Amino acid sequence: MTKETKRKKKSESGLIDITQKKFRLSDYLAEKVIKGVAFLSITIVVLIFIFVFRESLPIFSNAKAPEKTELASRTVETQETYGEVTDKTATAEVQETYGEVTDKPAAGDVQETYGEVTDTTAQTNPAEKSYTVSAGSGNDDNRGALKSLLTKDWVPVSEKPRYGILALIIGTFKITIISILFAAPVAILAALYTASFASRRMKEIIKPTIELLAGFPSVVIGFFALMVLATFLQNVFQYDTRLNSFVGGIAMGIAAIPIIFTITEDALTAVPKTFNEASLALGASKWQTAFFVILPAATPGIFAAVLLGIGRVFGETMIALMATGNAAQMGLNPFESVRTLAATIGAEMAEVVFGDTHYNVLFLIGSLLFIFTFILNAIAEFYVKGKLMKRIQGK
Amino acid sequence: MIKSFRKNIKGILIEGLTLSSALLIIAIIVVMIVVIVIGGKNQISWEFLTSFPKDGMTKGGIFPAIYGTALLVIIMSVAAVPFGTITAIYLTEYAKENAIIAKVIRFAVRTLAVIPSIIYGLFGLGFFIKFVGVQMDNTFLGGQLKWGQPNILWASLTMALLTLPVVIVSVEEALKTVPKDLRAASLALGATKWQTIWRVVLPGSVSGIMTGTILAVSRGAGEVAPILFTGVAYYVATLPGSFSDQFMVLGYHIYVMTTQSANVDQTLPIQFGTTLVLLALTFILNISAIILRYRIRKKKTN
Repeated sequence: MTKETKRKKKSESGLIDITQKKFRLSDYLAEKVIKGVAFLSITIVVLIFIFVFRESLPIFSNAKAPEKTELASRTVETQETYGEVTDKTATAEVQETYGEVTDKPAAGDVQETYGEVTDTTAQTNPAEKSYTVSAGSGNDDNRGALKSLLTKDWVPVSEKPRYGILALIIGTFKITIISILFAAPVAILAALYTASFASRRMKEIIKPTIELLAGFPSVVIGFFALMVLATFLQNVFQYDTRLNSFVGGIAMGIAAIPIIFTITEDALTAVPKTFNEASLALGASKWQTAFFVILPAATPGIFAAVLLGIGRVFGETMIALMATGNAAQMGLNPFESVRTLAATIGAEMAEVVFGDTHYNVLFLIGSLLFIFTFILNAIAEFYVKGKLMKRIQGK
Repeated sequence: MIKSFRKNIKGILIEGLTLSSALLIIAIIVVMIVVIVIGGKNQISWEFLTSFPKDGMTKGGIFPAIYGTALLVIIMSVAAVPFGTITAIYLTEYAKENAIIAKVIRFAVRTLAVIPSIIYGLFGLGFFIKFVGVQMDNTFLGGQLKWGQPNILWASLTMALLTLPVVIVSVEEALKTVPKDLRAASLALGATKWQTIWRVVLPGSVSGIMTGTILAVSRGAGEVAPILFTGVAYYVATLPGSFSDQFMVLGYHIYVMTTQSANVDQTLPIQFGTTLVLLALTFILNISAIILRYRIRKKKTN
């Protein structure tokens, strides 16, 4: 209706008939629909944030209940002592069991062993009583969860579940560092070769092949790591646990290589030809130009590439599930089994009771992952791009 | 003389270092392919591809997993390709290059591309199953549980969100290769903007839309994390017949067989066989996408 009247008004004024296009309903609708659909991507990002975060909210809301705060704080203390005791008594066992983790669905079993050991030590502890009191009502479960978040015990399946994600965070960072230390130099050097040294023919082999690697499903890389790479690396480095953060890190590095390579290569080829020519004209050799002129000019882009590689590794689930051993341990030794944040969600979400604390904590971990990758992407997008453009345009 | 020789040696060493990095990556790819092909080639037979798993999944074929994967990517493409194409059309045809809206949409698309796949799984669970599904059950079925649980529809839609940026980026690239002159000519002949897009721009970028679809299908066929808790099943005795059924998928089959199976050694051939099938599938899809894209780029430079 309103469109009709608008149209009439326009034609009444007479002048616009030639200069302005005739109004067409189909065109108008098409534009509106297309615009609406385009907004969908923004909507999805917002929805993902809202819904992932929403499911983790109960932890915070219930934790605000003011009662028994004193008891709760004491609980934390006792939990810390539990933690130490548990570590000493249980790690040995867990490590032993962990050699075979992939052979059977052992994740649950091991957690139970963890839990049992903790419980027996707890009974000898005089502070036990206060703990039981505070674990009395339903809300306390949530409050305990929030309080225990920053401890190192990840024992979600036991009589007194504890959700310390510290070990998971350390495990995730450990794997990320290992895989980036492996993937970044290899990918950047390979990109430098393709951009500066390779003949056209070589380029046409290398680029599609690495694009092909980008299409490898992560479950296939995980399978390869589990079946072949783990055994191979164990034979070379002679460590005890077959599946550990080293194997997982290398496997995830393989997954991250194509991302780092592609973006670095783009950044290197975006450096203006004049840079290259000027350097060569000044008498620098080909490799000097590549290393001292082109590489520095593209640093922001390479930085972005590494950031996105980190994002990829950080959230990688299937490789982590298959090749890291999945034991939540704090140690910094790269040849120990670890459990990453993403793998924890992947392994436990299917067995969890919808709506209970464990479920909420897993969503909280998801929110953490989301926020982390979002920030990484934002940095790569805005900061780096602005800098790169400035540098290349010489402003 | 000596100095230049030294310089040369250094140059050769450094160039050799970069070359060996490139070769290392290619070697890794080749080793992976060779190992999986050698391990799985004896397992591949017509029977393996067309029969159900038998004897507690220790024998038999992987037909339901292939069928489930195909169904998943079909539903996913039906959802992702139109929306992705339309978004790409908006970005190239309607939005002004430096408009804030276009920038925000581009940022959102790139964010979607880097969000870890497991987060999509959580979103699928929190949004599609626990929110939309439960609401549907309450309004249409009076609280009877049908949609408020994992099924193939929710899994496919979750996967569609994951593959949306893949489609958008490919189609956008293809739309940009359609020459400005063609658009101008069409508009000059009196066609409206929408007519120009529908009759001139889109037909000129069909191959780009196909590339996007193929890449999305390849990605969707290989991802496991998003569907872990939105619809995939360890074993189903019948093929999924409706949207509310659970289903099997090749990638999840590999994961389950390698980590949850009672006897890993006994099922090793099946694991290699399944991995080979999945790898071959994504391989073929990716190669065709690469070839298509190569043609588009060639057209652009001409």
